[in-house]
Order: sequence, then structure tokens, then C-alpha cells
Amino acid sequence: MEVVEKKNKNKKYKPILDGIPDWPVYQLSKNRKEFIEEVALTSVARVKELRPTTKQLIDELQTTVYREQQRMKRNRWRVDPVDEPRFWATIKDDLVGLDAMPPEEAQVKAEEILKRIVSRYASEIAGNFNASSYKVTREIVKFWFSRLLNGARVKKFGAFFRNRYTLRDKIHIVGKVKQLRNLATKGTVIMVPTHFSNLDSILIGWVIHSLGLPAFIYGAGLNLFNIKIFAYFMNSLGAYKVDRRKKNLPYLETLKLYSTLAIQKGAHSLFFPGGTRSRSGMLEKQLKLGLLSSAVEAQRNLYLDASANEEEVRKIFVVPVTLNYHFVLEAPDLIDDYLSVKGQDRYLPEQDKYGSWQLLQFLFKFFTKGSNISVSIGRGLDVMGNYVDDDGNSLDAQGRVIDTRDYFISNEQVTIDKQREDEYTRMLSQKIVSEYHRINRVFASHLVAFVAFEIWQKKHSKLDLFGLLRLPEEDQVIPYEEFREACKRVRKQIYKLKEEGKVYHATHLKGKIDLVIRHGLDNVGIFHLKRPLLMNREGNIITKDFNTLYYYHNRLVGYDLEKFI
Amino acid sequence: MTLRSLSDDKPVGVIGAGNFGSVVANLLAQRRKVLLYARDEKVIERIRETHENRGHSMHPNIEPTCDLEAIARECNVLFPIVPSEHFRSMMKQLSPYLHPYHILIHGTKGFDLTLTNGQSIETITRLNRSQVKTMSEVIMEESVVVRVGCLAGPNLSKELAAHQPAATVIASHFNEVITLGKQLLRNDRFQVYGNNDLVGVELAGVLKNIIAIAAGALSGLGYGENAKGLLVSRGMVEMIYLGRALGGNTKAFLGVAGVGDLVTTCNSSLSRNFTIGYRLAQGETLKEILASTDEVAEGINTVRITKKCADYYKVKAPITNTLYQVLFEDLTMKQALRYLMRYPLNVDIDFL
Repeated sequence: MEVVEKKNKNKKYKPILDGIPDWPVYQLSKNRKEFIEEVALTSVARVKELRPTTKQLIDELQTTVYREQQRMKRNRWRVDPVDEPRFWATIKDDLVGLDAMPPEEAQVKAEEILKRIVSRYASEIAGNFNASSYKVTREIVKFWFSRLLNGARVKKFGAFFRNRYTLRDKIHIVGKVKQLRNLATKGTVIMVPTHFSNLDSILIGWVIHSLGLPAFIYGAGLNLFNIKIFAYFMNSLGAYKVDRRKKNLPYLETLKLYSTLAIQKGAHSLFFPGGTRSRSGMLEKQLKLGLLSSAVEAQRNLYLDASANEEEVRKIFVVPVTLNYHFVLEAPDLIDDYLSVKGQDRYLPEQDKYGSWQLLQFLFKFFTKGSNISVSIGRGLDVMGNYVDDDGNSLDAQGRVIDTRDYFISNEQVTIDKQREDEYTRMLSQKIVSEYHRINRVFASHLVAFVAFEIWQKKHSKLDLFGLLRLPEEDQVIPYEEFREACKRVRKQIYKLKEEGKVYHATHLKGKIDLVIRHGLDNVGIFHLKRPLLMNREGNIITKDFNTLYYYHNRLVGYDLEKFI
Repeated sequence: MTLRSLSDDKPVGVIGAGNFGSVVANLLAQRRKVLLYARDEKVIERIRETHENRGHSMHPNIEPTCDLEAIARECNVLFPIVPSEHFRSMMKQLSPYLHPYHILIHGTKGFDLTLTNGQSIETITRLNRSQVKTMSEVIMEESVVVRVGCLAGPNLSKELAAHQPAATVIASHFNEVITLGKQLLRNDRFQVYGNNDLVGVELAGVLKNIIAIAAGALSGLGYGENAKGLLVSRGMVEMIYLGRALGGNTKAFLGVAGVGDLVTTCNSSLSRNFTIGYRLAQGETLKEILASTDEVAEGINTVRITKKCADYYKVKAPITNTLYQVLFEDLTMKQALRYLMRYPLNVDIDFL
């Protein structure tokens, strides 16, 4: 049984910019060399600001060299360039004796060394957007996806080359699409999606393309570039490289400035502000502030530059996005991670890893079976977390227009105040988190997982989480009638929350509760070897995997639905 | 930035010409021109003509006004100091004229209560943080201003007016606000400290009102310094429990705005909260006391609201609870004290 989503949500969108040469990301890669130079120079200035004395600067450089050499010794990757050891050896040699020199001389020398280091970092980080390989990638993905969809669904010879089904039937994009397209022409968009699965970046890439938006730049872990085929895709999508092994100050500053300057130049960007995939299956509650702060900083710089030149300022818009799945491939691993960190020795994870073969199997199943994904696009925000209208004007709670520039003003002038902007970043991140909860789309599978887990929790209120997860099998049954009533109550509350604008739900959540439960049970964690929730022969509710049930249940945590069980 | 703010000739605004508002205006007037907002035309006229308000002689740099729009237009920095029960409505009036470049530092020690229709403070049994707000939260809810701070500490208006040494805390998430507050208020008789725990400092300022009433009561019952020492220390512990449940950190309570303010208010017969407690202990009822004074004692509402919050968050708050019974039920002060002395809680400190 499949409840069809509203069709009109799935129309095709025209590109907002005609040719790839108009895209900001293309401009960026065309002037790659100049851009890297600019990033490097700004980074030098920034590091000097943070390490004002010669001694501090030299100390910082020495630490950097030491850490880099340790990294090369312990943890070298295939992507690492071959000349790396030689480069750092030279730097190390040049640093020798700097302490003994007179300060003025040493400062000049140290700055020159710093410049070499950050230039290297900047070109390492820089993306390599390539218009022709972008097109090729796009076509490959489109071609194979539609072959899979059509070939697998229609069991008839020749169906393979039909175009009856497209990805749009599988992936529903809902929410403020029109506004997003508008904002992308009026300013610079920073998309901030929730992060549950490794497939998210591919999915988002497809969403951006199918909404007719130009490619977004985004930071991808350098480890992904170890795999050649991934590297090809990533490069073609405008990804820049983030090396999580490097924690030294010059690297971190260069990385942040790369993102800041790219945004300043109008390149639409994508951050996963949660940092990594959500381990617990909950919507993100804590965001990483580092990259978000580059949004605030870029906006301030734009105002700062403009007050000198009296020109129109390009505004930055933050657009929260939630990805809603019935099924997350890595769920069992993620929840294992989460539980073993949380429970320490009270929890012993089972070893059960997923390889690329499972990934392929998943893809095949995904395209052949009726498990859909929906992507909700949230309302645009300015960098302060105020809602914006379709023209990009920031609005206050009463609907009055606010000038975002005013937030950066002290004594009638735009000023730089690091501490103030840290606070603004924190406020923005809180706003994004609350928007995630608001635009989250409840699926039937989330509902059944939540209700089942909470019923067990309530029945065994004396047990803590880890005790509950080890519940003996004979207790793992819920009579259907009881389950049904609880689902009804929770669904009613979800309707109420939707009325209040606090959450959304999929269309399939409506209708006869028995059908909704069926839909939920059929879909929750559909491709796991051990299903988190099933109906047994007597028609009662059982689980085969309490941990993943807990994972899917977590999606609805934070709405105070527990009391309706 | 620092130097420029000092020489900046924009006036500073003070909203509310009550007792504390007048004193703050006088402090500010030593450095800048001050616009002082009062609702009442008569007050404005009086200040203009006599340079006197509520027994304070007003500095010539102070110009009274009843125009909120003008005050928001002329000043980038505003000090709203109006009683908590009028605070939200004042913010609603002021809000249309405010911009994100405004900085607001309030000096109101009280809670704001939002009740949905049908509920009233008398009938509702429990309150949580979605209904009870501090003044900084009211400012952020009602306006676009984000750079918000608060002023709290042992600041008895009469002593400040007499230029006796004193200190205050400016709390804000923004260092910019703290620095500015220091520049504007500091003088050789007035020390200003900074704190980043805005809500913690606000809560310390509000919750100490409860203990102040209790201190008045002890004094009214004729007890001496041992009793007061007992009250201040146990009161402090209770404030910290409540404060943490409501979103503050322990540290704020140990500073000038916490223990500093607490000791001052508990020893001062000048404060309104103290007076209420004193008269209750003398056998007067709340109704009689309220009938004979026109000044607002924030403490009464604070007890009422805090007691209901403590019930919601399941915080042990014996002093607040018994005071509530004395104020709004028919317990006498003597019975309350007897009850407290028998209260079976004898761990000294368990929150550090």
C-alpha cells in the first residue's frame, strides 16, 4: 500500500541562472589562483591578530610544524601530496634560529613562513569546480537513477529505457521552494540541512540541482577524497576539502576564511551545522559554531565594505532544511556509537558493519520498493535568525522590516566585535535548531516507532534506558488495540502541533489509523536485517531490534509527546 | 570604540522616573545628557521647575520627557527602570521605535508573568518558565533589540543619592554592553563589575526580594543577628536552588548581585520588601499594608510567582513556601518561624 503525496509538489523547476558561467561557484573556480592568494593574505593577517607578539607567532609556527610532522608519521592518507614531508622539513629548518634573531628581523621571517604555510593550506582546501565534469556527473546520476527506477518497477521488457518514473516521484521537496529560488537570485544562500546519513550530501546535491539552483559549495571531509570516484564527484560539485586531522591554528583560520570569503563573493554554500551525522537519531540540538560564524562574519564584512563605497549590500540568507527518511542505512551503527558513548561499560555493541555491497543493495531496494524521502525547505532567515520575506527583507515578530546592518552598529558605525558576533552565532544556531523542529515532517514510521518505544518505556518505568534495551523477549509484545489507541492520541497531538505551526507531517499520516500504522510498520527501518518493528501472527506489535527502534523513536523526541502515551 | 563612546555626545535615556530610575539618571548625568521618561505630566513639570523628584535633587543635565519616540530617536542607550508589572506594556509601546543598534540595560528586579485567558495569578497552581520571564527576556520578545543588559547589586537609592560608596553589576552576554555600562556609570564612589550570566544575575536580583521580606519579619519579631545570619546563609542556598531551576548558574549568586545585594537588603530597614516583612511580623495583614503604601514592593509578587515555579520544578524552597502561606494564606509569622526551625534539612552546602 502506498499513499501518494500531492502531485503538484513535484513539478520541475527552471534554472534560475541560464548558463553555468553565470554561477558564482564557476566564477570562483575561474579565478581560483587570485582567490587562493586572497584567502592566504587574509589568513596571515588573522593569525597575526591572534598572535600579536613575535614570540607568540614563532611558538605557534613551531607547534604547527610539530603537529604536522606527528600527523605525517602516524596517519598518512592516499590523498596526501607526496612532497608533504619535504615541505615541512624545509619549514622546520627555516624556523631554526629564529628565536635568536633580533625581533624585527624575526618577525619578517616568521610572517614569510606563515604565508607559505597558509598558501599551501589554502590551495589544499580550495575546490576545483569544473563545468564539464559537473554536467557529466549530473547526466550520469540522472541516467542511472531513472534506469533503476523504471527498470525495477515495471516488470516488462523495454521498461528499462522508459522515463515513466523520475526521482521526483521518490523524493518529495516541500516547503518554501519558491522563496528559496527567489532568495538565491537576490543574495547568497547558505543551506543548513540536518545530517542523518552519508547519503545526505548526494541527496542535497540532487535537490539543489532539481530546484534549478546553481551548484553550492560545501566542505567535504578529506577522507572522502581518498576514494577516486568520490573525489571526481566531489570536485565536480564544488566541494572544498576539510581535513579533520589538522587542528592547528593557521589551518583552522584558513579554512574558516575560505568559507567566509567565498560567501562574501556570493557563492551559495552548504553546511551540515550538526558537524557529523546525528548518532542518536534525534534532530540536532547542538550545532557547530565555527562554520556558522563565517556566515555572520561574511555579512558584517559586506556591510563594512559597503559603508566605504555606499553600494547595495548582498544579503546572506540562511535556509534550514530537514531530510526525512523512513530508513537510515547506518542506523544500527550510529545508535551503537551513541549508546556506547552514553552507557560506557553498561553497553556492549555488536559488531555488524556495512560495506559497499550493502550500500548497493540499499540503493537497489530503495528504488524498487515504496519507501520515500521528503526534503523540507524552511523559511529563509537572515544571519541574525530573523525571518525574511520573499524579497529578502528581514522581519521582526510584528512583521516590521528590520535593517540587518543595524546589528553590527556601535555609535553609528559598522564595527568589528568578535565577542558580539560569537553571541550572534549562538543565537543563530538556536534559531536553526528550533526551525528544524518546526519544519520536521513526521512520517507514519516515526509515529509507530515513537509510540511503541514509549509504551515499553512506560510499562517498565523503573528501568533505565540500558535496562530497557535488554528487555526479555517475552515482554516485547504490545497488544494491537493498546498500540492503536496510543497512536491515535499521539497523532491527534501532532495534528494540534501542526495547527500551532510547531511541526509538519506527511500527507500519508492522515486517514484511517489502521492504514497509517500499516504504512508505518511497512516502512520503519525497512531494509534492516532485523526489523525494528513488526506485527506478529496474532496481530500484536513486536520488535526484533530494540536499539534501532530507539533510534527511529528519537526522531520525535523534543515535542513533549510522551505524555500522550 | 572605547574612546569614542566616552566623547560621544548622544544623550542616554532612562525610562521610568521612580526612585531607582531617578538615582540612575543622576549617576548617568555626571557624564552625559540624560533624557528621563516619565508617564506622568505632573512629574515632568515638577522636575523641570524644581529639579526635584521623589526627594532626590535632579542633576541639571537631566531633561524630563513623555515622548517615547523621541527618547528612542535621540538615544542609542536606554535604561528602562519601571516596575515589572508595567514592564511588558512599556516595551510594547517603545518597541516600534527601537532598532537593532539600540542597547537596553534594565534595572528592574522582578518577574514578568504571561497568563492565557481565564487564568489568573490567584487561581493558577503551577508556573513554568514559558510563563515566567525575566525582564531581559521580555525585551527580546517584544523588540528587535538583542544587546540587552541588566543592572543589579546592593543599590539602595538613598545611599547612592548621598554619594556613599557602592557597587553594581552589569550583566550581559555582550562585552560591548558591559564596557559601555561601566563607562557610563562608574565614578570614584561607584564601582561597576561585569558578568556574562545575564539570567543568573537577574534571578539573583529578583529572588533576593523574598529573603528581604523574611529579614524584615525576623526584625519585626524582635530577633537579633544570629537569626539574621541563619537567614542570610540559608536564604542564599534557597536562592541558588531556585535560580538554577530557572536557568541561572551558581556563580552569579556568589557575586555583588547575589550575596552583596542579599546582605544589604537584609540589613536595611530602608527597603520596601524589608518593611513589608517587618509589618507582617508586627501583626498587620497584607491587605492593611498594601492599603497604606503607594510604592510597589516587588517581593510580594516574587514570592507568589516563585512559590508556584518551585512547585513546578520540584525545588525545595522552605522559606519561600512559608512566606507564601503568611502572605496569602492564614499562617502567622510566628508559626512560620516555628515551622522553619523544625524543617528537617540539615546539609549545609551541597551545590558546589
